[in-house]
Amino acid sequence: MRADIVLAGVGGQGVLTAAGILAEAGRRAHLTVKQGELHGMSQRGGAVTANLRMFDGPVASDLIARGSATMILSLEPVEALRWLPYLAYSGVVVTSSNPVENIPDYPPLADVLEALGRLPHAVVVDADPLARQAGSGHANNVVLLGAAAGFLPFPAKLLRACVEELFATRGERLRDVNLRAFDAGQAAAAVPAG
Amino acid sequence: MPEGIVGDRAAPLGPVGNAAGRPPLLLGDEAVALAALHAGISAAYAYPGTPSTEIFEYLEPRASAFGVVAHWCANEKTAFEQALGMSMVGGRVLVSMKHVGLNVAMDPFLNSALVRIHGGLVLAVADDPGMHSSQNEQDSRVLADFAGVPCLEPGNQQEAYDMTREAFAWSERHHVPVMVRLVTRLCHGRAEVRASDALAPLPASKPSDARDWILLPGYARRLRGLLLEAQEDIRADTAASHWNYLEAVPPYPVRRGVLTSGIARNYLLENLEDVDEPLPHLHVGAHPIPHDMVLELASQVDEVLVLEEGEPVLERRIRGALPALHVVRGRDTGDVPATGELTPEAVRGALGLPPRRELSSALPLPGRPPQLCQGCPHRDAFQALGIALEGHDDAVVAGDIGCYTLGALPPFEALESCVCMGASIGMAKGASDAGVRPAVAVIGDSTFLHSRLTPLVAAVAHDTDMTVLILDNGTVAMTGQQPTALPHSRLEAVVLGVGADPDHVRVVPTHPRRVPELAAVIRQEIAHPGLSVILAVRECIEAVRRNKSAAKAAEDGPS
Repeated sequence: MRADIVLAGVGGQGVLTAAGILAEAGRRAHLTVKQGELHGMSQRGGAVTANLRMFDGPVASDLIARGSATMILSLEPVEALRWLPYLAYSGVVVTSSNPVENIPDYPPLADVLEALGRLPHAVVVDADPLARQAGSGHANNVVLLGAAAGFLPFPAKLLRACVEELFATRGERLRDVNLRAFDAGQAAAAVPAG
Repeated sequence: MPEGIVGDRAAPLGPVGNAAGRPPLLLGDEAVALAALHAGISAAYAYPGTPSTEIFEYLEPRASAFGVVAHWCANEKTAFEQALGMSMVGGRVLVSMKHVGLNVAMDPFLNSALVRIHGGLVLAVADDPGMHSSQNEQDSRVLADFAGVPCLEPGNQQEAYDMTREAFAWSERHHVPVMVRLVTRLCHGRAEVRASDALAPLPASKPSDARDWILLPGYARRLRGLLLEAQEDIRADTAASHWNYLEAVPPYPVRRGVLTSGIARNYLLENLEDVDEPLPHLHVGAHPIPHDMVLELASQVDEVLVLEEGEPVLERRIRGALPALHVVRGRDTGDVPATGELTPEAVRGALGLPPRRELSSALPLPGRPPQLCQGCPHRDAFQALGIALEGHDDAVVAGDIGCYTLGALPPFEALESCVCMGASIGMAKGASDAGVRPAVAVIGDSTFLHSRLTPLVAAVAHDTDMTVLILDNGTVAMTGQQPTALPHSRLEAVVLGVGADPDHVRVVPTHPRRVPELAAVIRQEIAHPGLSVILAVRECIEAVRRNKSAAKAAEDGPS
């Protein structure tokens, strides 16, 4: 019952919110949780990362060791590739395929997607349109949570309940948008990419 | 104190809420803040700086429920001095800052070890090994040692809580401030933290002997003697402390042992399952390091590997203390990288274990550095500065510390220096004194108020031929929109108040459509052969957004 998840994305995409929801679910599943974040300069449109560790025993390090993560959960495809050295060979990459091209030397998207396709275990989700269909372009982090739900050490419905509870505090509309986003992500991950 | 109040106040600021029945999931920073509230502080003072900011951010909204005064301060020195005043009259007090902030507070800090601390004074200082958001990676443990005060170094969030609480009692027992030394990964890592009952603040009481707080040379010599005498008691405390312990010592000699401090222990534990030899382990959470425990470890091993976050502080100390037959390995010997933060991998390598199998991307990946926000007023200011300096190839533009430091990077490349908080004005004056024209200082409003009134006074006194461009966005933006020491509206009066020539103190709005106007003003003031100060004013775009959503939330009412 171990999950070591490297969450990645670009400042403003909701990486830390996603990490917080996962951590809450882990706690409800009675796992020990450690959640590491980087604040400060990383927020200004730069690469953002969080380490989330969940285990049914004590967790020592705040940092996930290279070559040992069970999952990279990324809201941006280049950021998913950036953290590959942290992934265990048996680990899975769950990532959005939608680029954030806020840098001048962004590589051709086809090359990025091809690199992801060569990985042993990758779930690549076209998250932005799913988020928009759910009702908000900002919900792509929750789409990715849905896509990741099948690879976690607790039931998907537990994670879904945490999404529901968090967004319920921000109004009914946002709750429904995010539940639709979660379900869309879950469905997208169930269909083999092709 | 009413029943249940601790639980209520311990509610986390975490993004989701609290899993039923579990202790709150707190950042290391938040654990320090909660511990201080529970230890019965009367006040907390701070200046924001990553990775320490969240200590005060967690504490401030809870302060009034505990009857605690909580103030953001103009800088770290003034924060420390306010804490000293509180301690002198018997109140417990927390003062927090980042590692380089302690340089600013060094004068009161070092001298606070000499006065007889009355109410417990705890300095929480957050180091930034690896320089995630800082200009250097200095190790505050060196400064605790220099001052002669104890330093507690938590290895996890629970210890951050427990040690901070305990630190107040240490401070009162030894009459010195106590440092709680944090590092980035602990500050910004969350874990469940179990809190204990809150204590009520102590009533104010002046020190019984007035000489205890007067560092006139005659009195200071006595106090210096008392501080030296206290060292023995402090060492006895750390030797008896459960924060320091020796474990896994086999009853026979083995090749090597490990010494860890703070969070370095976590990285050892992370790799321990792959170590197939007995590995005696001395962990130090309370400094100064107890020498007897080091000797006990050394008596069973030939070699000691030292794992510590920051400088090779313990490594050097024990190398000097152990018989010459022992090999001490660490950062100085290259077994651990000399710079950068510790990682599970770095420790794995130092233990001599093979690296884990790693995947990598065949595709070369571009970096994604932080940038100024879209709509940020600094963008317009840098554009205007660029226009104004066209044709002035010899110009020197001294920069400072804040979001606007990003103006040193492409596409603007507008700044030529970034050294420490407020250095821009002094450095521009130095360059001007050397004959460089134009000499420009670019500084934010909060950084200006932090420590730049005094160098501005010097520039006024000499009417130095230089132009100070204050980017006034009305907030401490980079650390998350803390309030500045003085509001927008007072800044011009402050500049005029130190004697700047009113004809050359200009207030100009910063706006995409008014870039030419700002550029023209900068050009005029560069041409003036004396001191000019330009206040380029527009509110931080993030602050505007935050205020808008706060206003909307207030309008919508509770959902």
